[in-house]
Amino acid sequence: MHASFPILSALILLPILGAVLITIVSNKHLEIVKLIAMLFSVGVGGMSIWLLASFKSDESGFQYVSQHDWVTSWGISWHLGVDGVSLFLVVLTGILFPLVILGVDPHHDHKRYLAWLLLLEAGVMGSFLSLDLFLFFIFFEIVLVPMYFLIGGWGYDKRVYAATKFFLYTMLGSAFMLVGIIATAVIARRDIGYLTFDLVTLAEQASFATNTGRWLFVSFAIAFAVKVPIFPLHTWLPDAHTQAPTGGSVILAGVLLKMGTYGFLRFGLYLFPAAAVWAKPVLLTLAVIGIVYGAIAATMQTDLKRLVAYSSVAHLGFIVLGIFAITSQSLTGSVMQMVNHGISTGALFLLVGMIYERRHTREIAELRGIQSVAPIFSAAFMIVMLSSIGVPGLNGFAGEFLILIGSFQSARWWTIVAATGVILAALYLLWAYQRVFHGEPDEANSSFAEMTLRESALIMVFIGLIGFTGVYPKPMLERIEPSVDKLVEHVVSHSDYKVPTTPNIVVVPHGEKAGE
Amino acid sequence: MVFAATLDGPAVPWVELIPILSLLAGTCFLLLVGSLVPTWPRRGYAWVTGISTTVAIVANAVQWNNLYYNKGKTFFADAIAIDRFSVLASITICLAVIFGALMMSAYLTRMNADGPELYALLLTAAIGGLVMVSANELIVLFLGLETLSLSLYLLAASNRDREQSQESGLKYFILGGFSSAFFLYGVALIFGSTGSTKISGIGEALSGNISIINADAMLLVGIGMLLVGLGFKVSAAPFHVWTPDVYEGAPTPVTAFMASAGKVAAFAALIRILLVGLEQRVDDWRPVVWALAILTVFTGSILAVVQTNVKRMLAYSSISHAGFILVGVEAAGHMGSDGIATSMNYLAIYTVLVMGSFAIVLALSGNTDGETNLSDFKGLAKRRPPLALAFTVLLFAQAGVPLTAGFVAKFAVIKSSVEANSYVLAIAAMVAAVIGAYLYLRIAVSMWLEEPASDSEISVDPAVVIVIAISVVATLIVGFFPELLLHATRLARFAPR
Repeated sequence: MHASFPILSALILLPILGAVLITIVSNKHLEIVKLIAMLFSVGVGGMSIWLLASFKSDESGFQYVSQHDWVTSWGISWHLGVDGVSLFLVVLTGILFPLVILGVDPHHDHKRYLAWLLLLEAGVMGSFLSLDLFLFFIFFEIVLVPMYFLIGGWGYDKRVYAATKFFLYTMLGSAFMLVGIIATAVIARRDIGYLTFDLVTLAEQASFATNTGRWLFVSFAIAFAVKVPIFPLHTWLPDAHTQAPTGGSVILAGVLLKMGTYGFLRFGLYLFPAAAVWAKPVLLTLAVIGIVYGAIAATMQTDLKRLVAYSSVAHLGFIVLGIFAITSQSLTGSVMQMVNHGISTGALFLLVGMIYERRHTREIAELRGIQSVAPIFSAAFMIVMLSSIGVPGLNGFAGEFLILIGSFQSARWWTIVAATGVILAALYLLWAYQRVFHGEPDEANSSFAEMTLRESALIMVFIGLIGFTGVYPKPMLERIEPSVDKLVEHVVSHSDYKVPTTPNIVVVPHGEKAGE
Repeated sequence: MVFAATLDGPAVPWVELIPILSLLAGTCFLLLVGSLVPTWPRRGYAWVTGISTTVAIVANAVQWNNLYYNKGKTFFADAIAIDRFSVLASITICLAVIFGALMMSAYLTRMNADGPELYALLLTAAIGGLVMVSANELIVLFLGLETLSLSLYLLAASNRDREQSQESGLKYFILGGFSSAFFLYGVALIFGSTGSTKISGIGEALSGNISIINADAMLLVGIGMLLVGLGFKVSAAPFHVWTPDVYEGAPTPVTAFMASAGKVAAFAALIRILLVGLEQRVDDWRPVVWALAILTVFTGSILAVVQTNVKRMLAYSSISHAGFILVGVEAAGHMGSDGIATSMNYLAIYTVLVMGSFAIVLALSGNTDGETNLSDFKGLAKRRPPLALAFTVLLFAQAGVPLTAGFVAKFAVIKSSVEANSYVLAIAAMVAAVIGAYLYLRIAVSMWLEEPASDSEISVDPAVVIVIAISVVATLIVGFFPELLLHATRLARFAPR
C-alpha cells in the first residue's frame, strides 16, 4: 500500500486541488465553497493521522519516500519523505488547518479566505516534507504569498503594514538562503561529481571546508532565524501576530514558525554539522536572550494578543536552545515542544480571538472579571494557559522539561538562565489571567457571552491533545527519538563534537509518565 | 556591363535572411497598400504585422533546427552571424512584436486612430533588433541600433494628443542620440586600437600578438564608450535616467515593446561584443559590469519604492531587471560559465512578464492612456477579479516568487553568479530583489486590499486578453517546468570565428 499510494505528494497536492476548485466555484454558492474547504482539509487531516498510525516507530530514516525527476539539468527532484522529526509537524499541520477552517469565521470574502488557507496548507506541508533543497526553498517561500494575503485581507487595523513587514522580512532572510542553497549544491558538486540539490545526497556525501561550511550555514541560519524568530530578528512577529485574523495567527504561531526551527534541524544540523557545532554558543546565547527578553516584553504588553505573540518569542527560544544543545534529549524535547507550542499557542490565539469577537477589544485594561460571567470559557483559557506555562501534567511541561534536562548536560549556564524563563512565563500569563478573568465584571464585561457549542467543541480538541500529550507522551517520544538519535550521531561523526556523557540520572525510560 | 562581370558582391544568404526579409515585406506592404487602400478591415494592419512576424518566427525556428549540427556561420563578409544565440534573441524579439501588435491594435481601436504607420514602425524596430542581435560587425550593429532607436523615438512620440508622449519621444531622441554618439566613438577607438570593426576580428586581433603601440588606453576608453552606449539602451544605472519618463509618456503598447524588444536587442549585442570581441579583455570589463550590475539592481529597486505611477514603477522594475541580467553577463565573463544561457533565459522570461504587465496597465489606462496612477488600480480585485489575479501572478513573478517564471529567471542568473564565485554580487542582487518586492506588494495591496475608487466599467479588448492570458500561462508553465526553456537557452552559442 505504501509503495502504491504516494501519500506525501497527496498531502501537498490535495489542498492545492481544493484551492483550485474553490476558485472555480461561483461566489454565490458559499455553502459549496465551505463544503469543499472542509472536505479537503479534513481529508488531508485524516491522511496525516493515517500517516501517524502507520509510521514505523523503530525506523530512523525517511519513510514513504517519493522521488521523481523535476529539473534534471539542475539536479532538482521532487523528493519527499517523512521521519520522526517531521512526522508530528505534518500531523500538527494536518490537524490545525481543518480546525481553523471549521472553527474560525473570517466574516467576509469566505471564498478567497478559504482558497488562501488551503494553498497555505500545501506550502507548509511541502516545507516539512521536502528532501530537496530547491523544493524546500520553493515551499518555504511560497508560503509567504497566502499568509501575506490572509493578514492583509482579513486582519485588523494596521494589517497592510504588518503583512508587508512580514513578507519583506522573511523574504530578506530567504534571499540569503537562496544564495546559500545554490552555493551548497555548486560547491558539493566537487565531492559528488554532479550537480544535485538532494538533501540526503548532500548531507551524506559532501564535505565542506571549515570556513565554507560556516558561511553556508550562516546563510541558511539567517533565513531560519527570521522565521523562528530569534532575537534580534523577531520584530516582525508581534505585528504580524497581532494584526493577523484569528485563523491566521493560529496558523502562523502553530506551524509557520516551526518551519524555522525545523529548518535548523533539517538543514542546519543535518547538512552542516560542523558549522552548527561552531555556531552553537552564538545561537544558544540568542535563544536565551529571546527567552528572557520575550518573557519580559510579554509582561509589559497591554494588548492580550501581543502578549501571546511575545510569549511565542520566549517559547521558540526554548526550542532553539534544545536544538543547539545537541543532545538526544534536548532535541527530542525541541521537536516535541514545536508541536506543543503549536497546540497551546494556537489555542491561546483562538481564545483571544473569541474574546475579541465578544468585546471588540484586546486591551487587558478593558477586560475584567470574565470568570464570573463565563466560567467555562475561563476554565478553558486557564487549562490552555497552564499548558503554555508548562505545568506538569500538561503537554508544555513534557517538552520543556526534556529540553532543560538535555541542555543542562551540554550547555549548563545557558540552561540555568533559560530556566528563569519558566518562572517568567508563569508571571506574565498568570498576571494577565488575573487581570482579565478575576475581579468583578464592569458593565461592558458583564454581558460577556459563554462559549458556544461550536467553540467548545473546537477548544476541546486542543485541550484533549494538551492533556493526552501531557500525561502520556510516550507514543510521541518513541517516534521522535530514533530519528533524533540518528541526527545526533550524524553530528558527532561529522564534527569534533562529543555528546556529554553524564551518569544515568536523566534518561526518560519509556513508559514512565514524564508529566508526573 | 564590364563592371558587372568583375565586381563580385558577397553571396546573399537568402534563406538565412528570411526573418528580416519577412518583416521588411510586412513593412512595405503596410506602408504601400496602407496608403493606397484607405479603408482596411478591422485589425487588418495588426493581422499583416502578425503574419509577417509569424513567418519570421517560423523561419527562425527552422534555422534553430538546422543549426543542430553546426554552431552557425557568418555571411556578408562576416558582417552577419547566424547562430543559435542570434536565432534565440530574434525569436524573443519577434514574440515581442506579436504581443506589441496585439496591444497596439487594442490601443488604436480605443483611440479610434487605426492606421498602418505604427505597425510599420514596430516592424522596422524589430528589423533593427534582428540586425543587432546577429551583427558581427560593429558598423552593422550600429545600423541596426539606429534603425531600432529611430523607430522607437517615433513610436514613443506617436500619441499626438498627449503632451507626455511628445516629451517622452523628444527626451528619448536627444538622450538616445547622445548614447549613439558614445557608441560610435567607442567603435572608432576600438577600430583604432585593434584595426578591425568586426567583432570576431577584434577578438582575433586581441588574442594575436599584433599590438599597436599605445593602443591599450585607446582600447580601454573604447570599451568604456561602448558600455556607456549600450548601457543606455538597456537602461543600466547610471544611464537609466531617461527610462521612467520615457516609459511613462510613451503609449503603453510602445512602452511594453521598448522595454522588451529594445532590451533584448541591446543585451544580445552587448553580450556578443563582450564575449566574442573582447573575450581577451575580460579582466578589464568584468569589474565594470560588476559595478554596473550592483548599481543597477539597487537603483531600480530603491527608486521604485517612492513612485506613485504604475508605469514608472514598472520602468524602475525594468531597470532592476536589467541589473539582474548584468549579473548574468558578469558571470558569463568567467571561465566555463553558463552566464550567456542564463542571461538569455532571463531576457526571454522578462519579455513575457513585461508584456503581460503592460497589457494589464493598458487595459486599465482609460481612453486617454493616462490613467496609470497607483490609485487607478485600487480595488481592482473587486472590479475585475481575473484581471487582478493575472496582474498578481505577473507581479509576483517579477518579484521572483517560486513556481513562476520570474523565479526561474532569477534562480538561473544567481546560480551562474554563484558558480562564478561572485558571491557578493549574488547576495547584493537578491537583497535588491527583496527591496524591489516592496514595489510589487504595493500594487498588490492597492488591488486587493483597498476599496475601488470608481465603479466605471472596465472593458478589455480581446487582443489584450490574449496577451495577458498567454503571458500568465507561459509564466506558470515555465515556473512549474523550467526545463523547457532552460534546455533551449543552454544551446545558445556563438558562430565560430
